[in-house]
Amino acid sequence: MHPAPSVILFSTLSGLGFGFLALLGWGALQPSGWAAFFLWALGYGLAVAGLMASAFHLGNPKNALKAFTQWRTSWLSREAWASVVTLLILAPMALSDIFGLGQPRLIGQIGGVLALVTVLTTAMIYTQIKAVPRWHHWLTPVMFLTFALAGGAMLSGMRIAPVLLLAVAVVLWAVWQVGDGAFARAGQTMGTATGLDRLGVPSVLDPAHTAGNYLKRGMIFVVGRKHAAKLRKLALVLASVLPAVILLLPLGVWGIALATTLHLAGALAARWLFFAEAEHVVGLYYGARG
Amino acid sequence: MTALPRSTEKKLGLVIDLDTCVGCQACVTACKGWNDAGIGLSDQDPYGADPSGTFLNRVHAYQVAVPDGPAQVVTFPRSCLHCDNAPCVTVCPTGASYKRAEDGIVLVNEDACIGCGLCAWACPYGAREMDADQGVMKKCTLCVDRIYNETLPEEDREPACVRTCPTNARHFGDLADPGSTVSRLVADRGGYDLMPDMGTKPVNKYLPPRAKGPGTANPLTPLLDVQATGVAGWLDRMLGKI
Repeated sequence: MHPAPSVILFSTLSGLGFGFLALLGWGALQPSGWAAFFLWALGYGLAVAGLMASAFHLGNPKNALKAFTQWRTSWLSREAWASVVTLLILAPMALSDIFGLGQPRLIGQIGGVLALVTVLTTAMIYTQIKAVPRWHHWLTPVMFLTFALAGGAMLSGMRIAPVLLLAVAVVLWAVWQVGDGAFARAGQTMGTATGLDRLGVPSVLDPAHTAGNYLKRGMIFVVGRKHAAKLRKLALVLASVLPAVILLLPLGVWGIALATTLHLAGALAARWLFFAEAEHVVGLYYGARG
Repeated sequence: MTALPRSTEKKLGLVIDLDTCVGCQACVTACKGWNDAGIGLSDQDPYGADPSGTFLNRVHAYQVAVPDGPAQVVTFPRSCLHCDNAPCVTVCPTGASYKRAEDGIVLVNEDACIGCGLCAWACPYGAREMDADQGVMKKCTLCVDRIYNETLPEEDREPACVRTCPTNARHFGDLADPGSTVSRLVADRGGYDLMPDMGTKPVNKYLPPRAKGPGTANPLTPLLDVQATGVAGWLDRMLGKI
C-alpha cells in the first residue's frame, strides 16, 4: 500500500494524542493552572492535528460531515464519532484541571476509555480489510493501542512508561513475525485471482495498461521495500529502546522531551512500514505480490 | 445506507467467457466512451509522456502453463463483480457506496462521496478507481443508465461493454433467475467466482477457457528428417565416422 504521508502523520500523531488524553483523563498526572493548560493543550493539539492531517488525503473533503452517518457499518464513521465525542467529554475535565473546578474524575475516566476506543476504531479501519492480509489480524489493534498507551505514559512521565515502551518493541516484533507470512497464509495467487488455476499456472503476458493508474499508485507500492530490514531496526531502537533508556536517566522534563522526539521518529518509521510492507491482493492481477 | 440488503430481488451481472474473449479492448473503449459522457471519467496527460486515466474495465493478458497440453494465452477483462457481500459498501463512512435491493447493482452516489479511498482498499478485485479530477470514486454501474433507458432501442438496453463485444464474450442478465441465459451459461460451462475465499460472493461469473486437447504436431515436421542418399549419403556416413 502506498504510504501516504498524511495518513502516516494522522495515525501516529492522533494515536499519541489520544493515548495522552486517556491518561490525563484518568488522572495519571494531576496538573493545575498553567501546567494543566499546557498539558491538556498538548493532548488536544496532537489529537486534532492528526484529525486535520487525515482530511488532507480526502479527494472531496466538502462532504466530510457526511462521514458521521454510517456508524452502524463503517469503522471510519465510528472513528469520526469516537474522536469527536472523546474530545467533547474530556473538555470539562480539562477545564476543571486548569481552573481547579473540582469536577468528578469519573468524567475524565469515561473520556479516557473513549480515547482508547478512538484508537481502536482507527486500528479497525485497517484490520477489517481482508484484501490486505498483513493488516487483517488482531495484532493490528494491539499495536495501535500499545503505541498510544506507551506514548501517553511517556508524556505523562509515568514510572511504568519504560516498560510500556519496551512492550512496543515486543508487539512490533510480533506484528512483523506474523505479518511476514500473512499473504502466503491468505492463500491467494494469480491463479485464484483469475480462476486460471483450474487450467494451469498463469503469468502476465501483457499488462492491462502500460502507464500507471490509481490502483498501481495507491495499492501496489513496491518502492523502498529493500530498506525494510534497516527501517525495522531503526523503528525498534527509536520508538522503544532509546526512549525507554532516556526515561530511566534523571533528566526531568528534558528527558521526556528528548524521549518523545525519538519515539515519534521511530513511530513514524514503524507506521511507514505498516503501509509500505502491506500487500493488497489486487497486485496479483498485475503480477506483483504487493 | 451502507448496510447491505439482506437479499436482492434480482442479481443483475455479467458472465464473461474467457474462451471467446480475444482481448481486443473494445469493451474498455465502449465503457470509457459511454461513462465518460455520463458520469465523467477523466484522463491526465492523455497524449503526453505519462498518460493516466480512470477506467471501469481493464483487460489483462495472461499466459498459462498447462501441465499436460500446450500453453494458452487467456485475455481477462476485469471490472466490478457486483458482489452480494460487497466489502466496498460496508466500509463507506458516508453512505455514498451502496447496493441496490431491487437489482443488486453496486453504485456510488458521487454527491455523498468524500474520496477517502477506503472502498477501493476493501475491494480485492481492483474494481474501483478514484477520478483524479473529480476526487470521487468511480466504478462500473452496470450501465444503469442504459439497461432501464426506454429512450434507447431495446437491443441497446444492455451494458456498453456487452453491446460492443465483437466475439459475444460478455453476457448480461439476472443471475438470480436459474432459467436466464446467463444462469444457464454458468451451469453448462462451469462458471466460477474470482477469489471465492475472500467471502465477497461475486455476482459476476467467469466461464473457463475450453480444454484445448493435446498439442498437434506441425504437418511440416516429417520433412525436417532429410536422409541424404548417393554421394551425399556416402559423405555423410564417412564424415560421421571421423
